[in-house]
Amino acid sequence: MLALKTQHINKYFYEPVAFQALKDLSFEVKKGEFLSLVGKSGCGKSTLLYILSTMDTDYEGTLEINGEILTGKHYNELAHFRNEHIGFVFQFHYLLPEFTVLQNVMMPALKLARYQRSEIEDRAYAKLKLLGIEAQAGKKASKLSGGQQQRVAIARALINDPAIIMGDEPTGNLDSANTQVVFEIFRELTTKYQQTIIAVTHDDEFARNSDRIIEMKDGIIIRQ
Amino acid sequence: MKILFEIAKTQMLSRSRQTLIATLGVTFGIGMFIVLVSFMTGVNILLEETMLSATPHIRIYNDIAVQKTSIVNEYAQTQNNINLIHHIKPKNEKRNLKNGLLMVENISKDAEVLGVSPQVSTQVFYNFGPIQMNGNIVGVNIFAEDKLFDLKSKMQAGKIENLLTAHDAILMGTGLAKKLNLNVGDKVTVSTPDGTLKLLQVVGIFKYGIGAIDDFRSYANIATVQKILKEDTRYITDINIKLKDYYQAKSIAKEYAQKFDYKIEDWETANATILVSFTLRNIITYATSLTLLIVAGFGIYNILNMTIYEKMRDIAILKAQGFAGRDVLGIFMIQALTIGILGGFSGILIGFLLSLWISTIPFDSGGFLAMDTFPVNFSPRYYIIGLVFGLLTTTFAGYFPARRASKIDPVEILRG
Ligand SMILES: Nc1ncnc2c1ncn2[C@@H]1O[C@H](COP(=O)(O)OP(=O)(O)OP(=O)(O)O)[C@@H](O)[C@H]1O
Ligand SMILES: [Mg+2]
Repeated sequence: MLALKTQHINKYFYEPVAFQALKDLSFEVKKGEFLSLVGKSGCGKSTLLYILSTMDTDYEGTLEINGEILTGKHYNELAHFRNEHIGFVFQFHYLLPEFTVLQNVMMPALKLARYQRSEIEDRAYAKLKLLGIEAQAGKKASKLSGGQQQRVAIARALINDPAIIMGDEPTGNLDSANTQVVFEIFRELTTKYQQTIIAVTHDDEFARNSDRIIEMKDGIIIRQ
Repeated sequence: MKILFEIAKTQMLSRSRQTLIATLGVTFGIGMFIVLVSFMTGVNILLEETMLSATPHIRIYNDIAVQKTSIVNEYAQTQNNINLIHHIKPKNEKRNLKNGLLMVENISKDAEVLGVSPQVSTQVFYNFGPIQMNGNIVGVNIFAEDKLFDLKSKMQAGKIENLLTAHDAILMGTGLAKKLNLNVGDKVTVSTPDGTLKLLQVVGIFKYGIGAIDDFRSYANIATVQKILKEDTRYITDINIKLKDYYQAKSIAKEYAQKFDYKIEDWETANATILVSFTLRNIITYATSLTLLIVAGFGIYNILNMTIYEKMRDIAILKAQGFAGRDVLGIFMIQALTIGILGGFSGILIGFLLSLWISTIPFDSGGFLAMDTFPVNFSPRYYIIGLVFGLLTTTFAGYFPARRASKIDPVEILRG
């Protein structure tokens, strides 16, 4: 069963000069697969991930997730889809600085409103515990270190039990011990809960230990 | 969506100073609107009431006018003549309303009419030693007149009933009495235009608070004035009418104009210039206070624009997590409306308290108007207008920045 499928994806930038960032990308990702996306800086990994996450709709080609074609859908519909099915960890671990760690993690779940508030709070707390930062739950997000913030962002990405978790260097700010923790969590999510992971990484060991590697260069896939 | 309220609340609290300032802007705008309008309409109402307290809603009288056509023209029209007539003068006509008493009876049957007072009025000179003072005497049925103008409440000395018991008695305007140095019980000689002299006794002194009346008018019984003018008991010069609803005066006056062949004047026409000044004052008031509200609106527009500019990244994160454009719109509209509602209600409160305070400030109108303090109108209407307009302004001022926020493209922001 396929979790994600792309067909002939092209992406152009017009500023400052016309430039094709992604060239005819077609690939499939199976459900429960742990995929690493690698390649040199500037090869188009983040650009691709924004398209896969449905946030960027300005591209050519088609994107299909869970058998549903998302290309051409209205952005309000896509927002709801993201909320329910996609967890995203940014390259620069963005949290809302005025809210507490716990509030940050709860927010996508409160938006989805699948569970009662008290239950959401318990679940958020459990995710924080999973990543070893439950002690920070009551702190303002802006008061955390870079690595702590990144782990909170991962916890937030997991809160709605999304079908796909996309991470743009999700362990980029973590020491090797914590990178190992996150890797184990991702591994367990894929095997135990059949969730799919697509992670951009510069960490060779991380990539090697994942199920599959897609390597990009100058906007094309050179290995998958 | 509760989460939208939570986000809005956190954002507002984390920039509480700006929020407070924007709220105070609305408070000030609505408060001043209420104070200005309450005060201005208070003044207008006082002036209108003062005016109406002495002006009949409808007055019927015989307007002496120069005839447009002359007998010569009527006669010579058929011939091919040209008649040149210079400087036509009015005939020696009596100023009375023929069948006046019949008209009174007729009018008093009208369901719209509250009271009718037939009068005989005449110019007189009040003799004060060697000096003669210009004025007039109005012969009335004093109870009918009281029904129209609440004379009893305007008596400064004596009672209106004295007019009935005493012989050849008058009630005199306070200004006139002061000038003539007269008190209740004193006597004064008046002379009519045709030279008749009459000795009258002052049995009461009234004050309307309007110089044009208090300095010139005296009241007497109809019969007394008819006697001075050497006319019979059917001689009536004016009919004053009070209506149940004085805003109907214009249309009823029109109706009467078709029934009776005399000059019918409603109070609005008689006081057109004063009413125009009311309108102008209202326009200025509304213009000033609406400007205040719009300035407050700019305050809200400004703070939301600034918030959105600073929170661009947060908005992108929210969208990345699945908050739709309309959720973001909602978050910022909630902020605008919270400011609007808080500012609106505190504005109403401030407006009310300020109005209350103004209404206690002593003001001396020099005796021209019946007031001791500033007049303030506490009609709830202006509070509702202020609130509604304040909310409209904030909604409007909030909508444009909020819509801009809802359209932010998250990828563009997050790509850095
Ligand atoms: N908004 C943009 N406008 C123009 N060009 C862009 C824009 N964003 C990215 N690019 C270009 O597209 C290419 C791919 O960028 P992208 O951010 O996807 O690289 P990346 O593989 O994520 O790199 P890194 O590993 O450093 O994060 C780069 O050459 C970059 O300069
Ligand atoms: Mg990148």
